[in-house]
Amino acid sequence: MAGVPMRQAFGLALAEYGAANPDVVVLDADTSSSTLSRFFAERFPERFFNIGIAEPCMVDVAVGLALGGHIPFVNGFAALLALRALEQVRTCVCYARTNVKLAAAFAGLSDYKDGPTHHAITDIAIMRALPEMTVIVPADAEEAAAWVPPVAEYDGPVYLRLSRDVAIPVHDRSTGLCIGRGIVRRPGGDVTIVATGTMVGRSLRAAEGLAAEGIDARVLEIHTVKPLDVELIRQAAEETGALVTAEEHTVIGGLGGAVAEALAQTRPVPLERVGIADAFARTAPDVDSLMDACGLAVADVVAAVKRVLARR
Amino acid sequence: MAHYPESLITELEERARQLRITSLQMIHRRAAGHPGGALSAAEIMAALFFHRLRLDPARPDWPERDRFILSKGHASAPLYAALAARGFIPIEELAHWGDLSCPLQGHPDRLKTPGVEMTSGILGHGVAIGAGLALSARLRGLSYRVYTLLGDGECQGGIVWEGALVAARYRLSNLTAIVDCNGVQLDGPVHEILPLEPFADKWRMFNWAVLEINGHNMRQILEALDTAAEIHDRPTVVVARTTKGKGVSFMENNAAWHGVPPNDEQLARALQELKGGA
Repeated sequence: MAGVPMRQAFGLALAEYGAANPDVVVLDADTSSSTLSRFFAERFPERFFNIGIAEPCMVDVAVGLALGGHIPFVNGFAALLALRALEQVRTCVCYARTNVKLAAAFAGLSDYKDGPTHHAITDIAIMRALPEMTVIVPADAEEAAAWVPPVAEYDGPVYLRLSRDVAIPVHDRSTGLCIGRGIVRRPGGDVTIVATGTMVGRSLRAAEGLAAEGIDARVLEIHTVKPLDVELIRQAAEETGALVTAEEHTVIGGLGGAVAEALAQTRPVPLERVGIADAFARTAPDVDSLMDACGLAVADVVAAVKRVLARR
Repeated sequence: MAHYPESLITELEERARQLRITSLQMIHRRAAGHPGGALSAAEIMAALFFHRLRLDPARPDWPERDRFILSKGHASAPLYAALAARGFIPIEELAHWGDLSCPLQGHPDRLKTPGVEMTSGILGHGVAIGAGLALSARLRGLSYRVYTLLGDGECQGGIVWEGALVAARYRLSNLTAIVDCNGVQLDGPVHEILPLEPFADKWRMFNWAVLEINGHNMRQILEALDTAAEIHDRPTVVVARTTKGKGVSFMENNAAWHGVPPNDEQLARALQELKGGA
């Protein structure tokens, strides 16, 4: 799926899965042409509900559908699902443990055109803090599509964080996906880069560059930020002695925070976090230049690796 | 106009009286809870749980059961009292409400209490969640009805009206909202804090069928619930005009009794009034 935007792969996969599972219903908040839930809407109009520009209400309606035994996929912009609809998500989805799937579109900086109002750079931290929530961040289009069946078939709340755009391809369907189990994307013994979402591909590129300099970096993909694969991270700390995290999210409370917490309790080793600084970003002509400008460039990962190795 | 036998009315009025007594005893025992809005909803809760709702306590997961969502979740005492009287939970459990080891939470928790269809307590969710449940019933071809009970103060929150738009959009005639319009909220009279009138007109403008009744008149409640089931092109709201603290003279229309428990002496006076039928 090289060159395919993540949203397109997800939208098509959701429609395809809808044919196999009649319990799946899809909701959107007047963004189906953006999230591409419209692929599902076109095939299954009777199971698609456009709630209008009202994300909190959309989540509540989905809760009702889940109470009735349906499996609702709630599509909306990540910033709005994680912020405007947060009380609904906390109370009616997590606390009531209803089987609602939040498909959080345009996450991270991927709504580069609209700017910080529509960036979602705190959503992982927010969702990760909620009891009962599972947080999954696919790395590329292929992986986003592959998550649809396991997310639908898992019984409980899920926050599936999706990018609008094309991410560097890293996944192929022969690699199994299991909620809560990280993937070793590249073996290596000198240092470990722990990445999630769109930063997995960038971290693999960083590892290639480091290899040319004689540094053998392991790259772990943590698609499930919660529950975290603590054992895989502990093992990497033990075997490589230094870690770098990389995510399209603020450095506060996301993957970097989760890994720091895990290391503190298992195997404390030097850790550097690559992420967006504790500041709002800005508008840009494309997502790649914005990510580069926000400290998420391949060179930023390389630099973090060198910093952490110097501390080891 | 439907005819309801006198014996049914008498029985349901007695159920309402018992819900009031049990609720006040429960609130007094744990020294916490919401007496005012429990007392105002007693007839509505009695009509639902002892007559209108199609329920089977032996099968709390029966797919065809009617669904009731207590949107005004702070009125949990009469809900628990009704569920116990219907056999969903042991009567003895009511005396442990709020204890650390007791499954009965301050606000209803669907995972801990059989018969509680949805967790509630933060206001405003009942209509939108009820709309989703009503949509689910329609998709599955199930005939159950969805009921939700709100407070009037609760309708100051926008999420209520977002849900009302959705229910009207999909013409969810299997959804009935009942608003316990007791006119008083935590800080004072609703009309002073943030007026809602003309309240029934607002729902009409949102394309709901509106039935306005005296929420303490059992015949009117039964008739409204029956009428709602016969409206097939839109959701129905029953605007039930009630008195906050109804049945206990010193609690009536007094915001101070929204969320304050009675002490021993106040409970004794309240029970005397309720048991004496005053």
